[in-house]
Amino acid sequence: MFGWEFPPHVAGGLATACYGLTKGLAKHGVDMLFVVPKAYGDEDQSATRIVSAENFEYTGSDTELELLWKHLIYIEAGSNLIPYLSPEEFENISHDVSSKGISHTSHFRHKFRFSGGYGKNLMNEVVAYALLAYNIAKQHIHEFDIIHAHDWLTYLAGISAKRASGKPLVIHVHATEFDRSGENVNQMVYDIERRGMQEADKIITVSNLTRNIVINRYGIDPHKVVTVHNAVDFNTNKFEDIEHGTTEKVVTFLGRITYQKGPDYFVEAAYKVLKRHKNVRFVMAGSGDMLNRMIRHVARLGIADRFNFTGFLRGDDVQQMFALSDVYVMPSVSEPFGISPLEAMRAHVPTIISKQSGVAEILKHAVKIDFWDVDAMADAIYGILSYPALTDMFIRLGDEEVESLKWDKAAMKVKSVYEQVCGSSA
Amino acid sequence: MKQTLCLYFQVHQPFRLRRYRFFDIGKDHYYYDDFSNRSIMRKIAERCYLPANAVILELIKKHKGKFKVSYSITGSALEQFELYAPDVLESFKALAKTGCVEFIGETYSHSLSSLAHPREFEVQVKRHSDAMEHYFGQRPKTFRNTELIYSDAIGEQVAKMGFTTMLTEGAKHVLGWKSPNFVYANANNPKLKILLRNFRFSDDIAFRFSDRNWNEFPLTAEKYTAWLNATDKKDEVVNLFMDYETFGEHQWAASGIFEFLRYLPRTVIANSNFEFLTPTEASKKHQVVAPVLVPHPISWADEERDLTAWLGNELQHEAFSKVYSLSEQITASNDAALQKDWQALQNSDHFYYMSTKWFSDGDVHKYFNPYETPYDAFINYMNVLSDFLLRVKNTASAVAPTVAKEKKISPAPKTTAKKAATKTTVAKKATAKTTVKPTVAKKVVKTAAPQKATVKKTTVKKASTKTATKKVTNPKASKK
Repeated sequence: MFGWEFPPHVAGGLATACYGLTKGLAKHGVDMLFVVPKAYGDEDQSATRIVSAENFEYTGSDTELELLWKHLIYIEAGSNLIPYLSPEEFENISHDVSSKGISHTSHFRHKFRFSGGYGKNLMNEVVAYALLAYNIAKQHIHEFDIIHAHDWLTYLAGISAKRASGKPLVIHVHATEFDRSGENVNQMVYDIERRGMQEADKIITVSNLTRNIVINRYGIDPHKVVTVHNAVDFNTNKFEDIEHGTTEKVVTFLGRITYQKGPDYFVEAAYKVLKRHKNVRFVMAGSGDMLNRMIRHVARLGIADRFNFTGFLRGDDVQQMFALSDVYVMPSVSEPFGISPLEAMRAHVPTIISKQSGVAEILKHAVKIDFWDVDAMADAIYGILSYPALTDMFIRLGDEEVESLKWDKAAMKVKSVYEQVCGSSA
Repeated sequence: MKQTLCLYFQVHQPFRLRRYRFFDIGKDHYYYDDFSNRSIMRKIAERCYLPANAVILELIKKHKGKFKVSYSITGSALEQFELYAPDVLESFKALAKTGCVEFIGETYSHSLSSLAHPREFEVQVKRHSDAMEHYFGQRPKTFRNTELIYSDAIGEQVAKMGFTTMLTEGAKHVLGWKSPNFVYANANNPKLKILLRNFRFSDDIAFRFSDRNWNEFPLTAEKYTAWLNATDKKDEVVNLFMDYETFGEHQWAASGIFEFLRYLPRTVIANSNFEFLTPTEASKKHQVVAPVLVPHPISWADEERDLTAWLGNELQHEAFSKVYSLSEQITASNDAALQKDWQALQNSDHFYYMSTKWFSDGDVHKYFNPYETPYDAFINYMNVLSDFLLRVKNTASAVAPTVAKEKKISPAPKTTAKKAATKTTVAKKATAKTTVKPTVAKKVVKTAAPQKATVKKTTVKKASTKTATKKVTNPKASKK
């Protein structure tokens, strides 16, 4: 299994999903070798062995490998690819990376030092990872039957491991370039994604929404693409009994404040609700490239006294925010899956989600609206605030529902994909 | 002695609510989705009511008094016939004239009032009986409650209102080893006879008729008659109770349901020991065998035959208690527009839409449901109800209890059939012209309320309330 990160070293949601999946698979008796660019040594290895690509030396000599290198090298003209990060993080990481000063002549016959994040030289790292994957696959050739690669960063690694071992490749699409960048896709990333999908024997997508994108936007044969919805494994909630600072009800948006997350629709809905409902406060938690625009917009609408921004929240702060909320809204324009509504439901917060999210495909006990339908969003917010029976229902049934979305079940489906792939290639 | 086959069909259409946003609260008092209500009524009229009524009429004529059926038609269905399908209403009137059709009483708004408020229940039953008498010239003697909801207490109250027979479900958990094929009596008042639905025979037609996976598919009149003949010879009455929409709507015409309906009476009359009787006749003919004990309410819905489809979760209980909390104020108010809306808001369908029971097997029930989720249904209903609550509050403070003249605008309309037909076409056109009209009508309502308080000339008052009710609340257009 090729991943880019593994808990506790988490930059995006990918690591959490990989972690859950490996635990689920281990329960079903699947042995895994999880390769990351950089292992820190403190990863939880109870479910899978973690292998760091850094510990491998690259000794490319045979002709096949040369050929591979030729195919890959054209993507090496790296650019500032920051797929998942907020501006603050972007700044930190790009600073980190430039100070480390990786030179890409060090590829051959040397170990490669990975940043393990999503830095400036991301493309270099992606390619280097792919090259090392070839060796890793050769060395461990008798220890695995299937190659499983998570998201585009590892697709090339998956492909080269497939070339090295001749074993089938499953790629796992947690998000596509269209989810990250809207219509302004990065052509290089798109090309890598498409290559990965073409070379894969089977593709797993996290929702039917993503599956359709894979089929329609990448031109992939529908029979090859299977949806396995993500799941969640929660620890217990620490902040359940927190006290509210005000008597007002709190409606929360929590996520990156970027185009895809639909923060502007949330502001519009807030404006409509505030016109009719006095005892309510709106909170936008997170940061992103649209943050300043949102602040200006809120000021222009004259609702700034009832609309707060918290900036980026981490760890416990997120839990605390949920505990303070009476309604959680996720108005995403495009969301391959979307785990945060599940966290909100888990924290007993009634949830409104957009139909354009993968999670809407499996959730029953949430209000579902079109992201652009501000009237419906406002109406749902007002309804939950005004009619307490709704909150009672959501708390009771939402808890049950989230409880039932276990990685166990998702892993079972992934395992059956493995079995299909092995069956057809054997 | 001949055994009895008793046919009863339920005819009901709710007034579906329009998408009512919270910002409409206090501003817009029009609640109904005219487009859906009209198009659904027209669709079902063409597919079911008109062709089915034609078949029934033909059967009655052919068998010269040997074929009998009974109907229960709700007030909201009648109002929609007036508005959108006067042809259907005429065809029911034609059936009534044959003398072979019994019209059964129920609550006017197909409501759950029997579970909420005895007096409100009584008012609605009376209103419905008045309507039956007005349209079909007979005052119901037999009663069926909304969704066949029944308990000993409800039966007792129904007996007090003068009904002699009541219909309900032959629920297994109530009957135990007993057969539904006899006449029973209410446990508290043995004078009220109880007819129990034979759900196997009923559902063979209503649910399984066109099911190709059913091992008895296809069902023919001969096969069905053979099954009837195979029942115990001591059985006295087999009750087939079902939605009238079974014919042509739930079971499409292409399934052969109309042919089945056409040939069943002939085979039954010729080849069996059964005769067709209406519920009242059946309960007169057969002796009561025993009282039936139903301490907790039952219905004809789902496997459980209980109330959980309408009152199964928090949302439903909340909406239910809110709407019935108004009971006293509404009866005191005498405001026709308000009463009209209140009736529509009591349709049991609104509560059915809020059910969370169907998440597991949604398809059958989705068919009846205009909302995507129960939450959606609840929010929309509560928004409407919030506006309604405000109106009730405002009129309660504005209107002194002196307005007795308004009583004229209570139940039974008194125009002739012809007049009703022409008038409704006018009303139809008015609503068809869409958006502009309702806003005009709204203004009328707004001004109408204060007028009552300041008591102007009666002629003005009459005129304004008349137009208001006509356009705003989809009433019977033939009101005087």
